[in-house]
Amino acid sequence: MLEATIPVKHKVGLHARPASLFVQTAAKFSSAIKVKNLSANGNFVDAKSIIMVLTLGVMKDHEIVIQTEGADADAALAALKSLIESNFGES
Amino acid sequence: MPEKTLQGIPASDGIAIGPAFRYIPTELTVPARAAESADEELSRFDAAREQARVELQGLSDAIEKRAGKEEAAIFEAHREMLNDPALEGRVRELVGSGQTAEQALVNATDELAGLLAGMNDELFAARALDVKDVGRRILRVLLGLPDTALGAVTEPSVIIASDLTPSDTASLDPHLTLGFCTVHGGLTSHSAILARTLGIPAIVGLGESLLESISAQTPLALDGKEGVLIVAPANQTVEIFQGRKQQRESRMQVMKASVDKEARTANGRRVEVAANIGEVASAHTAVENGAEGIGLLRTEFLYLEDAQPPSEEKQFRIYRDIFKVMGDRPVIVRTLDIGGDKPPSYLPFPNEMNPFLGWRAIRISLDEPELFKKQIRAILRAAMGHNARIMFPMVSDLDELRRARDIVDTVKRDLALASVEFAFDVPVGIMVETPAAAVLVDVLAEASDFFSLGTNDLTQYTLAVDRGNAKVANLFQPLHPAVLRLIKQTIDAAHANGKWVGMCGELAGMTKAIPILLGFGLDEFSMNPRAIPEAKYLIGQLTDERAREIANQAMSFGTATDIEDYIKGTLALYV
Repeated sequence: MLEATIPVKHKVGLHARPASLFVQTAAKFSSAIKVKNLSANGNFVDAKSIIMVLTLGVMKDHEIVIQTEGADADAALAALKSLIESNFGES
Repeated sequence: MPEKTLQGIPASDGIAIGPAFRYIPTELTVPARAAESADEELSRFDAAREQARVELQGLSDAIEKRAGKEEAAIFEAHREMLNDPALEGRVRELVGSGQTAEQALVNATDELAGLLAGMNDELFAARALDVKDVGRRILRVLLGLPDTALGAVTEPSVIIASDLTPSDTASLDPHLTLGFCTVHGGLTSHSAILARTLGIPAIVGLGESLLESISAQTPLALDGKEGVLIVAPANQTVEIFQGRKQQRESRMQVMKASVDKEARTANGRRVEVAANIGEVASAHTAVENGAEGIGLLRTEFLYLEDAQPPSEEKQFRIYRDIFKVMGDRPVIVRTLDIGGDKPPSYLPFPNEMNPFLGWRAIRISLDEPELFKKQIRAILRAAMGHNARIMFPMVSDLDELRRARDIVDTVKRDLALASVEFAFDVPVGIMVETPAAAVLVDVLAEASDFFSLGTNDLTQYTLAVDRGNAKVANLFQPLHPAVLRLIKQTIDAAHANGKWVGMCGELAGMTKAIPILLGFGLDEFSMNPRAIPEAKYLIGQLTDERAREIANQAMSFGTATDIEDYIKGTLALYV
């Protein structure tokens, strides 16, 4: 299992377009992917579920933990990290 | 029946006069029946989901055509929820435990919507409605019922409902929907947003009395700007509303026409109306709304998005992209304006008791000359062939301004020596946002080519009020006589020294402030791009003489409340 902790810098957090892109990216991989909001209490949820990702309430500057496990775990983690680091493609 | 007035939350501007249509969503009852085999229930669920997907695609296409891609995104989000593995997983579990597809669907969506509804943040909690909307759609298909009861609207009506889901709002026929009113809902609900985009007048949050006082065909008059609904209006009231409707329509036309025109007062004095932006995308929005320049380009975003400062090349590219969008219109680039309230990780921030009185803005730039020079180099290089200006934030005396200008001169010399192309004649000015700068404008004029009033900080520093602090936020009054005096003093002193003055604080885009500022002789108004059409319109309605009268009258009051009351009464004649 791989894991990364990363801050979300987007102004709306994981909501609206960023949340959609996050879930769409996760859904491209066969690995099991879980995500948790470190800046709020709560558990890991399925990163491929838009509803569960929204329940994390990730806002700007919150830190999230992503866990990936499976055949393409490496690529999945890299893709999600780069999506967040690129601020969801908005510079 | 005597007329009755209801007050709600103004959700979408516009006037509507017409009969009520009571929208009662089709009752969806889960039939009490024994479950078939789990496989059969699940295949019914899958088939219903498939049809719901097709419906959503249709809605999404239709809204994209009418309102644009951004609005259609709501239905994209619904399609994602339709495919949500958490929803599907829960339905499969419940069907596995012996429930029918309908029961399982209702229970699963209630659970998931409940999780969202319980969240503290309004924006997240509002998404519960989307989950319910999706659940309802699948259930309706499972029950074999038609898409929406709104199909029953056959003559132009004002729709009255407990609440409207985004799907409901999207299915409103624009030819038959004069407006809508709901019991529930807030400004940020999708229905309110969609109504604004589609240009349908709307009031939300009218409370339960809405449904009690209205039946089918009850005549209604609705003012979406004020959030006022008149039930069974008297003839006189209808006339007043018709008058407002005509006034609004002609105003809209003038506003539309003003987008491509220069802003001028009614007696022809040229005033510049510009936009405040912080990224390339909003430069386009600014141009579309008729901005005659950028009065404030915030550059903080460049400094806060990474763990290291932005390279000169990256800054150069972004500034150049924005200058290109603006063509030969002026663009004022404000140099780095950050502080300890939002520190980037790469600067050595001390632990500050009061970051707003601490190490920030020009103070950082002067202490970190390499960082500052990189930004100035990027701006000067990108300004080649464009109309750029540089502006320093939070200057409070001449010494700071001279030191900052010296650095600009050093950068120019370095660029020239290295034979790098750059724009030589870039005007350099300062923001007036400390009371110190405001009272020293005559002194600062020696080294400043122009001035721009930053009223948010000027108000905060003058009144010693942090508007982020809820306890004192009501004391944050940009129309406070003390702030207005500083503004007037700034404009007078700058003009006496042959310098022009703009304003890039929020006040510049507020209709209640524009007549006063115009009366003071402000040369440039820079605001949120969306506020531009109305500001241009208002400026065009006023002569300089009338504006001066209004400003003088306003200055005769001793409190912000009196000034606001006076302006409200006066403005009613113009907007």
